[in-house]
Amino acid sequence: MNLLIRKGIISCCFILITTSLIAQDKFFTKSGSISFVSKGVIETITASHRSVTCVLDSKTGALQFAVLMKGFEFKKALMQEHFNENYVESDKFPRAEFRGQIANNGDIAYTKDGVYNAHVKGKLTMHGQTKDVEAEGKVTVKSGRLGAVSQFDILMSDFSIKIPGPVKENMSDKVTITVNCTLEPLKG
Amino acid sequence: MTKITNILLTAFIVAVAGNTLQAQDQDLLQLVKDSANDTKKQWSTAAFKSTRVINGQSMELLGKGVLDVRILHRFGLLSNGADNFFGLDEASMRMGFDYGITDNLMIGVGRSTLNKELDAFFKWRPVRQADGGFPVSLIWMSGITAHTMKWADTTRKNYFSSRLAYYNQVIIGRKFSNAFSLQLSPILVHRNLVTNADDENNTWALGFGARLKLSKRTAFVVDYHPILAGREPGTKDPLSVGFDIETGGHVFQLHFSNSTGMNEKAFLTGTTDDFWKGDIRFGFNLSRVFQVRKKK
Repeated sequence: MNLLIRKGIISCCFILITTSLIAQDKFFTKSGSISFVSKGVIETITASHRSVTCVLDSKTGALQFAVLMKGFEFKKALMQEHFNENYVESDKFPRAEFRGQIANNGDIAYTKDGVYNAHVKGKLTMHGQTKDVEAEGKVTVKSGRLGAVSQFDILMSDFSIKIPGPVKENMSDKVTITVNCTLEPLKG
Repeated sequence: MTKITNILLTAFIVAVAGNTLQAQDQDLLQLVKDSANDTKKQWSTAAFKSTRVINGQSMELLGKGVLDVRILHRFGLLSNGADNFFGLDEASMRMGFDYGITDNLMIGVGRSTLNKELDAFFKWRPVRQADGGFPVSLIWMSGITAHTMKWADTTRKNYFSSRLAYYNQVIIGRKFSNAFSLQLSPILVHRNLVTNADDENNTWALGFGARLKLSKRTAFVVDYHPILAGREPGTKDPLSVGFDIETGGHVFQLHFSNSTGMNEKAFLTGTTDDFWKGDIRFGFNLSRVFQVRKKK
């Protein structure tokens, strides 16, 4: 009986230690920001989002983002309505996700303060379409927290988001996306 | 006994550890309570393309800082024939300005050529439909009209208050799907002065409004207001059917209707034509929105 209790305690300690070790490898935020700009001939469209979820596993370099499309805020109420209703169809496709990897994860010393270049590769899912995306970014390590910034371009047509004929000339298919997140250590 | 417990315990530990390891490999987002994943409240938007179904108010409000310039036309009866260009030769119009003070409160003013009537209203949404929230939107709307015509009978004492009428409405609406929205809107119109001594001052009606989206930018709409009590003698229930067509900042509402009035008092107490007998007229609402104040 004594032995059993001892074994139990040891096992429990083992679980606790391993989970806490694993947990320290991961960083997250629920209030990251993503903004986008589409510069057309007549219309420049900008929008921003302030509750982006992001999780990074520093051990493997795995990086994932999730965002609710309806959370993008525009300067014009009508633009926001058109974005959700006519372009990205937020009722049908409420969520966009990125699942990928920091390709050069080995170059980043997560325990040492500094600024590191990151090359990110992965899959972006939006409007029911999944496309491979690559982006250059920077990871800033400072007193246990991570700053992650990146900018990259996507084409609306890659995600079958159609621009209607009459405004095709005025709007750009290219959208520049800017990501800016501060990640905290994820505690078990 | 101890052996069995031991084995069970080990199996349990292995199972738990295995599970967590697997989860980490697949989905990091599930480790945090992913706010983009849980059923957080999401406001339902764009149940109707415009703040009006056709004649009546819809469950939609203007966004904050949005000015909506509205030009409304109602033409003569189609049955007037080619001689009168199917009613298009005679037009009655209302020009109006609506403004969104907040996302849940808007005001509007307008003037109709019919009876030279001014109208003003406010519309307030205390409860808004949301995914993972309340299933319907509730809206309160109150307005006042004042006709500015010369008094027909100048021999009697005419009070300014006799020019006025009021209306109060509750709108209960739900966007059932991306394509279909339905609303009920009981309304009370009070006229300070009525034509005959036996006429009722209070007119009650129950509005029905529905939208069926045909494509991303067009929709079929029905607006029906059966009068429940206090009907003005000789008037019929206003019924309108039409199409909403959206082009950028414009919404065109093209419709066929039996009513000429373009404010609540006018179409609920002044619709004398019978839709089912073919007394139908063409009309359109033109809405153009401007964001006059920045959202943030």
